[in-house]
Amino acid sequence: MKVDRRDFIKTSGMFAAGSMVLPPFVQSCQNVQISADVKSYLDHFEVTTEMLQKVIATAMSKGGDYADLFFEHKISNSLALEDGKVNRAYSNIDFGVGIRVLKGDQTGFAYSENIALDDMLNAAKMAANIANTSASFNAADYNEKLPANFYKISKKWEDVSVKDKVPFVQKVNDKIFGLDDKVIKVNAGMSDESSYVMFYNSEGRLTYDYRPMVSFYAVCVMQEGEQIENAYAARSVRRGFEWLTEDLVDELANEAVEKTNLLFKAGKPKAGEMPVVLGAGGSGILLHEAIGHTFEADFNRKGTSIFSDKLNKKVAESFINIIDDGTLPNDRGAINIDDEGNDVQKTYLVKDGILNSYLHDRISAKYYGVEPTGNGRRESFRHMPIPRMRSTYMENGPHTTEEIFAAVDYGVYVDNFSNGEVKIGAGDFTFFVKSGYIIENGKLTTPIKDINIVGNGPQALADISMAANDYKNDSGTWTCGKDGQSVPVTLGLPTVLVKKMTVGGTNA
Amino acid sequence: MTKEEKYTLAKWAMNHALENGAQEVSVNISNNQSSSVEVREEKIDKLEQALQSNLSIRLFVDNKYSSHSTSRLNKEDLARFIEEAIEGTKYLSEDEFRTLPKPELYYKGDGPDLGSLDKNFGSVDPVEKIQVAFAAEKEILGSNERIISVSSSYYDGLNERVMVTSNGFEGDTANSYFGIYTNVSVKGDGDARPEFGWGETAIKYNELKKTGTGTTALKRALDKIGAKKIESGTMPMIVENRVVSRIFSPLMNALDGSAIQQKNSFLIDKLGEKVASEKLTLTDDPFIIGGRGSRLFDGEGIATKKRTVFEKGVLKTYYIDTYYGKKLEMEPNSGSTTNLVFETGDKDLDALIASVKRGIFVTGFNGGNSNGSTGDFSYGIEGFLVENGEIVKPVTEMNITGNMKTLWANIGEIGNDVRDDSSWRTPSILFNDVDFSGL
Repeated sequence: MKVDRRDFIKTSGMFAAGSMVLPPFVQSCQNVQISADVKSYLDHFEVTTEMLQKVIATAMSKGGDYADLFFEHKISNSLALEDGKVNRAYSNIDFGVGIRVLKGDQTGFAYSENIALDDMLNAAKMAANIANTSASFNAADYNEKLPANFYKISKKWEDVSVKDKVPFVQKVNDKIFGLDDKVIKVNAGMSDESSYVMFYNSEGRLTYDYRPMVSFYAVCVMQEGEQIENAYAARSVRRGFEWLTEDLVDELANEAVEKTNLLFKAGKPKAGEMPVVLGAGGSGILLHEAIGHTFEADFNRKGTSIFSDKLNKKVAESFINIIDDGTLPNDRGAINIDDEGNDVQKTYLVKDGILNSYLHDRISAKYYGVEPTGNGRRESFRHMPIPRMRSTYMENGPHTTEEIFAAVDYGVYVDNFSNGEVKIGAGDFTFFVKSGYIIENGKLTTPIKDINIVGNGPQALADISMAANDYKNDSGTWTCGKDGQSVPVTLGLPTVLVKKMTVGGTNA
Repeated sequence: MTKEEKYTLAKWAMNHALENGAQEVSVNISNNQSSSVEVREEKIDKLEQALQSNLSIRLFVDNKYSSHSTSRLNKEDLARFIEEAIEGTKYLSEDEFRTLPKPELYYKGDGPDLGSLDKNFGSVDPVEKIQVAFAAEKEILGSNERIISVSSSYYDGLNERVMVTSNGFEGDTANSYFGIYTNVSVKGDGDARPEFGWGETAIKYNELKKTGTGTTALKRALDKIGAKKIESGTMPMIVENRVVSRIFSPLMNALDGSAIQQKNSFLIDKLGEKVASEKLTLTDDPFIIGGRGSRLFDGEGIATKKRTVFEKGVLKTYYIDTYYGKKLEMEPNSGSTTNLVFETGDKDLDALIASVKRGIFVTGFNGGNSNGSTGDFSYGIEGFLVENGEIVKPVTEMNITGNMKTLWANIGEIGNDVRDDSSWRTPSILFNDVDFSGL
């Protein structure tokens, strides 16, 4: 998205738009040919191409092979409702530049929250220390990289007043209370984010991105006799204010109430190994934990992933295609460029059952002698990029859901999750099931809740014996953590059958 | 920024908010500096340095409330930031329960030095930091043919903060930390590559144990080779002190004022009642010298106090901040834990293991969660099968499932091997009758 001058450094998104332009800004009197788009980003960050070159030259002064600068300005706002009223708001402004220097696969990293030249040069000197020779650096020619455009929006969040967001949060509360007499509490909220990113590296690449994000959630608490249960519904997408509609409010409210109601009747399955049918959508958490992390190339480069020796080998049934995709329109996991300035792709991790590609950042792509896959991501300018997932999903398979259920004598059906985890080397992964059902003789019977499922990545992947044709992407508020960095992701799955995994439950 | 500069800027921001429509204000300014070096294959893999500043402000405007933070600390930006934040707050609903704490609850500035800061922070030679990391790696590099990868890190940091409020609180804190961490991956059975990370931390550099992370991480990774799930069953469980917090935190979360008031706790209306085994006696002690959770005042400025949380299984306190205190009509007593101290039994970890005929010694958790309102939980675990008091073999890919109320009522024994490198000073604990799922 093009940034116009008016969208200068916003001190807050709390209020209506267009009000603030931060003086004094540096007029970019560039002596190279740059586009108006790039110029607007240079102005946004109050830097000139000359400054970028000086900082890069300093970063490379100790003999680094490569250096990059990642400028970021992020405006975040959130509103929350408790006890019937939208009675709290939070906002945050983050602004700065991360400077990275590579020497082989070694990384030096520092950042500055101030974008005055001296501050940036100091950070560049620190990062430069990863190399220890002295070297002269010849600046590369500018090469402007036009980013993709995967998240077109109409109305930016910075241009939306608190006043216009409050009614949606209020309505979801009122709607939930109206749906069921058992409701005793509702927590609801909305958060939005507008992030401006500009990237420049020692190879001359200059690019940028504008990243909007919005999340909307509702937690429903119900009481029946002594029993209290809660469940939530949430959506998160890279869209603008136009995304908020009455229909969305209804969808969230209905889902939160339905999910909560289910829990009053739910119990626990028998403990032990059994077939698990994963419902379409959020069950993609299986791929994220069992496969996604272990395919991140930093682990494989170091030989610490259980999939380290599996490239080009058969790892699943031949109808299985698993993808990590940064290009889904308006998806929470989409990015127009990755955080190393590279193009983003739809990457086949598993193609026709064969391990096709790892997820690469710049360092690992170089190590494996392949093109970067656009998976170099970072939480913010305060962090160095590492291989991360985007949207991870499986394509449709050849079976029907009826065939899948019919194949199970006793097992569980799960479709609602809260969290998961994986041990990269051992391959053991888990995901926590908020609710589902027991399957008996091909039929859903008793509801279940609050159980953990554990499996082993390569085994579970090989054990996916059926996949249906009902693929769904889950647009929940999935956030993935690795090395202390959080990034937004999504996931998806058609209904699949995993022959056996260990299900938490009772031995009674 | 010096402490004085932070106070000056915080008071300026507070006054600016008061002059522009806020009736009450609280301002925090923090500086954090940190550095880290990670080494691998006898080379520096990553070198990081960071210097961070942040201002956060809580605004009480016409009975409405919001909070905000920013890393842009020049006055021109801040002035606009505050003015816009106040304007935006006016669109929210009123909330009669929002106020600053009562001034008589504030910390008054006469407390002891709790030993939270290394006064020589910054004097450690950067070259020495790198050598410490290399030495940790060298402890094990090439020492075992199963080793696939070793990485060792040294890191340190300093956090400084000042806080002022418009009804008279002024306070500042400074904390330092130093750490070493070694992670090792080894060749296991089949394709498995068990790994283990072991770390040491200290508040003061001179107190940091600089050796042993490599050898401990390697031993623990090797011990995991061949781990497999065993048949499901109900058995005793010993949880190692390092990882007890995973199953202890849901119990503490249930005491939080917000969880109580929002009906997301399984311990609502239980003050004075026996809710756990009589073997559970727990004290919250903010004043331990060198304690990792020691502090003189909480995030609102309220003076901390030593208090009993559980006494022989009887619940003695909730954690109530000013806001939820008003909502619940309870006295605020600080909404966060400091150092949690268990009354210990007389057995060390070996004796706990020796006391078990057949059970599982849990050394790590893998995912899982607990339902806040019911206490139902299910967690992935790894560890060792214990038979006749002896560790027999490693286990993994299993779950424990149950309810927090039952689990904590079923304490078999509290160990005496308290860890002192965490604010939650947990010992190893033996629980009876835990549902494990495996084969």
